[in-house]
Amino acid sequence: MSFVLLAEQVLNGLQLGVMLFLMSAGLTLIFGVMGLINLAHGSLYMIGAFAAASIAGLTGSFILALLAALTGAAIAGGIVEMVVIRRLYRRDHLDQVLATFALILIFSEGTRWVFGSFPLYLDIPTYLQGPVFLPGGIQYPLYRITLILIGLVVAFALWLMIAKTRIGIQIRAGENDREMIAALGIDISKLYTIVFALGASLAGLAGALVGAIQSVEVGMGEPVLILAFVVIVIGGIGSIKGAMVGSILVGLTDTLGGVFLPQILQLFMDISTANNVGSSIASMAIYILMGGVLIWRPTGLYGSRP
Amino acid sequence: MADVVLATYGITKTFGSLVACDDVSINVRAGEIHAIIGPNGAGKSTLISQICGTLIPDQGRVELMGQDITALSGRARALAGLGRTFQISQLAMEDTVLQNVILGGVGATRRQWHFIQPILSHHDLREQAEAVLERVGLIDDRHRQTAILSHGQKRQLEVAIALMLKPKIFIMDEPMAGLGLEGSKQLTMLLDDLRHQAPILLVEHDMDAVFTLADHISVLDYGKVIASDDVDAIRNDPVVRDAYLGKDS
Amino acid sequence: MISERMINIILIGLLVIIPAWAYLADEPFTITLMTRAVIFALAAVGLNLALGVGGFVSFGHAAFFGLGGYVMGVLAWHAQSYTPFLEWPFLIEGTQSMPVIWVIAVILSALLALVIGVVSLKTTGVYFIMITLAFAQMMYYFSISWSAYGGEDGLSIYVRNSFPGLNTLDPIQFYSICFIILMAVLALMARLVKSPYGLALNAARQSPKRVEAVGLDLHQLQLLAFVISGAITGLAGALFADLNRFVSPNMFSWQLSGEFIVFIIIGGVGRLFGPVIGALVFVGLEHFLGEINDYWHIYLGLILLLIVLFSKTGVMGLLVKKEAHHG
Repeated sequence: MSFVLLAEQVLNGLQLGVMLFLMSAGLTLIFGVMGLINLAHGSLYMIGAFAAASIAGLTGSFILALLAALTGAAIAGGIVEMVVIRRLYRRDHLDQVLATFALILIFSEGTRWVFGSFPLYLDIPTYLQGPVFLPGGIQYPLYRITLILIGLVVAFALWLMIAKTRIGIQIRAGENDREMIAALGIDISKLYTIVFALGASLAGLAGALVGAIQSVEVGMGEPVLILAFVVIVIGGIGSIKGAMVGSILVGLTDTLGGVFLPQILQLFMDISTANNVGSSIASMAIYILMGGVLIWRPTGLYGSRP
Repeated sequence: MADVVLATYGITKTFGSLVACDDVSINVRAGEIHAIIGPNGAGKSTLISQICGTLIPDQGRVELMGQDITALSGRARALAGLGRTFQISQLAMEDTVLQNVILGGVGATRRQWHFIQPILSHHDLREQAEAVLERVGLIDDRHRQTAILSHGQKRQLEVAIALMLKPKIFIMDEPMAGLGLEGSKQLTMLLDDLRHQAPILLVEHDMDAVFTLADHISVLDYGKVIASDDVDAIRNDPVVRDAYLGKDS
Repeated sequence: MISERMINIILIGLLVIIPAWAYLADEPFTITLMTRAVIFALAAVGLNLALGVGGFVSFGHAAFFGLGGYVMGVLAWHAQSYTPFLEWPFLIEGTQSMPVIWVIAVILSALLALVIGVVSLKTTGVYFIMITLAFAQMMYYFSISWSAYGGEDGLSIYVRNSFPGLNTLDPIQFYSICFIILMAVLALMARLVKSPYGLALNAARQSPKRVEAVGLDLHQLQLLAFVISGAITGLAGALFADLNRFVSPNMFSWQLSGEFIVFIIIGGVGRLFGPVIGALVFVGLEHFLGEINDYWHIYLGLILLLIVLFSKTGVMGLLVKKEAHHG
């Protein structure tokens, strides 16, 4: 286990972590403010990726593609909120789960209908291709470094927005006391649409950014959604800080576990068994982490105590 | 004292800087109705929660028949003999009245792991439940759905479920709350009769009911017991009048 | 309006008459469809105990369905390749006997449900939904990464497993096995919800504080319901793998967990035969809409959305006026 390999894997873990943060920040905000569990968040991720791939195909511009992902997912999110989601705020969680599950079916099959079953590809723009050289002799893809930076910038911007702006104050008021925002004379239904669209645009951005290193296809959103669930269960539902810490923990555990567990097990068993067992256990590592956190703190690291 | 059924010794509970219960010691003796009164926020609910095991006191202890039960969970205390009624009715609203009462019997006889025989063929429980319903005056409503009972009937049902536990003491959190004149009268008669079965620790705002029923009254104010005596003494206590009764009357 | 009992009898009638007709008319495909519906119904009957009666929404029941499937797949694969499952510390051979496979599937699914339940029942509401979903996903990735048993490709079994005295490859005989199991489990469920345990579990959903106040342990009541629930769904998984003679990680997929909930909702939450209606309707839609349009899941999504937004009672609720006893 060389230092370079370790550093590379840590960077991979961070990259996965910040992308998970973009997903889980929206999920946790939507839950914190509106009390809604949204399974269709993965569909918004997919919509972002498809919007980006389509626009990149038409214009060749990566920047325009990202803008398309942000606005496309935000518009889709806004419409869904106004047509379906706002009828669910007062319903129980079972209804929310079912209705958003229905939305997944509609979005996934609708996308398949329009774009076909074959994956689309979104290319990394030439100016972001190739490696960068980091101190310590580490060579790392420029694009992935860019992803980490974008994720961190978005996290910072989100923090600024929630801590310093008017809408941020309203969001925090909404998290603490739903009656209070009504009393403050805030238009709740507008606030809810904005928060939902904001969460959607973050998911869409993540979909587009990841779409350039994976293929863009139907069903790409749900595995990420479930990872984001693991993140916010670990971090505590409703907490942006928890989403950040949880994302990094999950990103690092998943990446490092997959690489190092087989190597560690090789000390005890032969190579092929070690690889087999190691990768199997590594595939469960984040869920074991989640179970551990829950036994220790049933409402997550930063969740409010009942 | 041999006839003390329930006692608290120096119970203290703080939430941040708020002292909700400050060194509260009370005794409930066999055969008596012991009322706890005090203005809103005096710490009555906090005290009840600590006696019933939903809150753990920071200091002090709770004893039932001389046994320290401070460390027991709420359900263990129920099995040890605390029969509780809730301020806000806690009932299986979709079930029938009879099913709710039998549930008390399932808990008391620890029959929750019986899986095959239908509950209504557990004849001993059914007969006991019907006797209890007779006593609280709900026997004719036993097959009705609980949700459609009147508010007063729900309060009676709460008492009926507690009776199934054959408790050593009843803990009643504002049973009269929300009842009309007729309802309170009925429930007052029921409770009056109940004290011969087991003593009652009664938290209540309805002063008429309290002075009709109680043998002993403890007055809480800002988490402290400011007076604890028999009914006449409390009625004439200037400190109590000042803290509480004076504001009402 | 007709009574719920009447509908249940009609449903049992349909489950007998349709396959009987298909058998006489030599339509084995219809029998296979009905078998699929009956197995799905069994899986959802299991889930209904946790979701409908217990009131905790498990979005991870595919974990048990898939485990049951893999019990069948792994044991039968060892049997057909004449390799032992385990040589040390003691010898465990594969088997192609259905009853043995069922027993093992039930036991292992119950154990998995115990482990998942102990962790996830510490929480409620949204946490519970997300955690059960996550654990099922864990099983999914585990099955993909366990390359000894086919990894992503799954395991194919050449010959359907055997049941003493029956030819299980004959569709009508295999259907009969599945039908009888479903009926037996439904009969057990009917007893269970009327028993003292059922009363307590029902009350635990409606008023947790009340249940604790009469001295019952809420956590234990719910944990047992989760274990029984997982075991039944695991048994359905073993049958499903036998129906297809194939098991793959897809049996652990989150979509399947969601579909089990959908069966219950279509039929009516907490109704004994609700999952049966739901599974029949689902398999019917899958078949008929699937013929019209490859993207039939869109219609399923729309129907589901309309049911959730505008009708809370499911098909049973539309047919029966009386409120469900639970749910």
